[in-house]
Amino acid sequence: MNPFHYSKPESVQDAVHLAGPASRFIAGGTNLLDLMKENVTRPEHLIDITGLPLREVHETDGGGLMIGALVSNADLAWHPLIEQRYPLLSQAILAGASPQLRNMASTGGNLLQRTRCYYFYDASVPCNKREPGSGCPARDGLNRIHAIFGASAQCVATHPSDMCVALAALEAVVHVQGRGGPRTIEFADFHRLPGDAPERDNQLADDELITSIELPATGFAEYSHYLKIRDRASYAFALVSVAAALDLSGPVIHGARLVLGGVAHKPWRDKSVENALVGKTVSRETFTAAADALLRNAEPLEHNAFKVKLARRAIVRALSDAALGGQA
Amino acid sequence: MSATIDDATQASFARHPLGLTLNGQTRQLEVLPWTTLLDLLREHLDLIGTKKGCDHGQCGACTVLLNGKRVNACLTLAVMCDGADLTTIEGLAEGEQLHPMQQAFVKHDAFQCGYCTPGQICSAVGLANEGRASTTADIKELMSGNLCRCGAYSNIRDAIEEALPACRANAGQGGGQ
Repeated sequence: MNPFHYSKPESVQDAVHLAGPASRFIAGGTNLLDLMKENVTRPEHLIDITGLPLREVHETDGGGLMIGALVSNADLAWHPLIEQRYPLLSQAILAGASPQLRNMASTGGNLLQRTRCYYFYDASVPCNKREPGSGCPARDGLNRIHAIFGASAQCVATHPSDMCVALAALEAVVHVQGRGGPRTIEFADFHRLPGDAPERDNQLADDELITSIELPATGFAEYSHYLKIRDRASYAFALVSVAAALDLSGPVIHGARLVLGGVAHKPWRDKSVENALVGKTVSRETFTAAADALLRNAEPLEHNAFKVKLARRAIVRALSDAALGGQA
Repeated sequence: MSATIDDATQASFARHPLGLTLNGQTRQLEVLPWTTLLDLLREHLDLIGTKKGCDHGQCGACTVLLNGKRVNACLTLAVMCDGADLTTIEGLAEGEQLHPMQQAFVKHDAFQCGYCTPGQICSAVGLANEGRASTTADIKELMSGNLCRCGAYSNIRDAIEEALPACRANAGQGGGQ
């Protein structure tokens, strides 16, 4: 870990005024400190935001919830209103990391965690995300855990979060504040595809701080399910994960959300596939057709073609479990 | 970690005050920004019960109770613990009287080499404080952040299962909030 300066502002205004290209905000620190120990990230200045008043969860006028960026992953997953109204989000959070890390990690920080691509994490090899222009050893290397959607010649990394897959399905809104004032970003627009600038994971500017995450009123509490497939039974990143949510009237689908994790540089969603489910009846055939449609444009690499098959089965199972009430 | 940064460089960075309650005692310290809580405990305060396993938040050997909640001390900056109530494995017993979780680990022989044990016990006390484990499967899932390379898992699970009711009744001890 490189030496750095430390400050702890008491207001969001002060925090964003301290921020610059060589600084990082720190809250839980679970990913940032790990990256610093690996010399992947070398900030000159850490701005400790844990003193900021961003720990509330409150109901919005529109029937949704506003979640402060500093609410821990554990507190969010086990919050009564999240468990009752957004069980998909609870399931996704509890599928990620370990109990210790969930106690430490913040809601805002979860959005900002970086890929676990092993080439990105190894400062002795090239990586376009870590050192722009240096190359991507993953594209023709060991790419078992890498992307099957939306990758570029420069980067085939995946986003590691489970929570974000559920937030994408729930169409959350990210509230941020910078020196120029506050703004909101739709969840689907928050994370980027790598393109020719894989060093940028998301749309935040250097001085912008996530202040809260807003959940819309619709939580799909009756029919939703988060399914995570990994190399061991617990405490591992997703090879493939599925956030499935249905609005049902009897067996008829009135609305659907279907988002994949572990397969792209951001939670992967295709609204045309969701729209095609509307009006259909719950059945294995319906769900298999949705899986095939979503996976039609997958572009697997040398070692991760298994993800296409795995995702197909996971989608069918997640949608089936969602239709059964999500308790499977 | 501070050992890898030379003295002259260290001298050019501000030390920050750190006040905390450590195993029931009030401590007033000064730390450099990059000192982790784990290194503070082991290298500066001689509390070596908390172990350094992976130093990357993957093994759980460094688990301590921060305001009653289990956290990885290796991924926590000491400077960010100002004002905290911290309990390590050294602070669980009441004098000669072992904590119920410690007693259960002894009874069930829930270790072989013992290196992961302080982290396992602190994590299990944190699990009890959370009050979310009601089945054996819950215990297994919610202890997944603590690895045991000897593979003493079945005895660890049995020990925790037995001690959970007593720990819940005692919530408030051992940093339980």
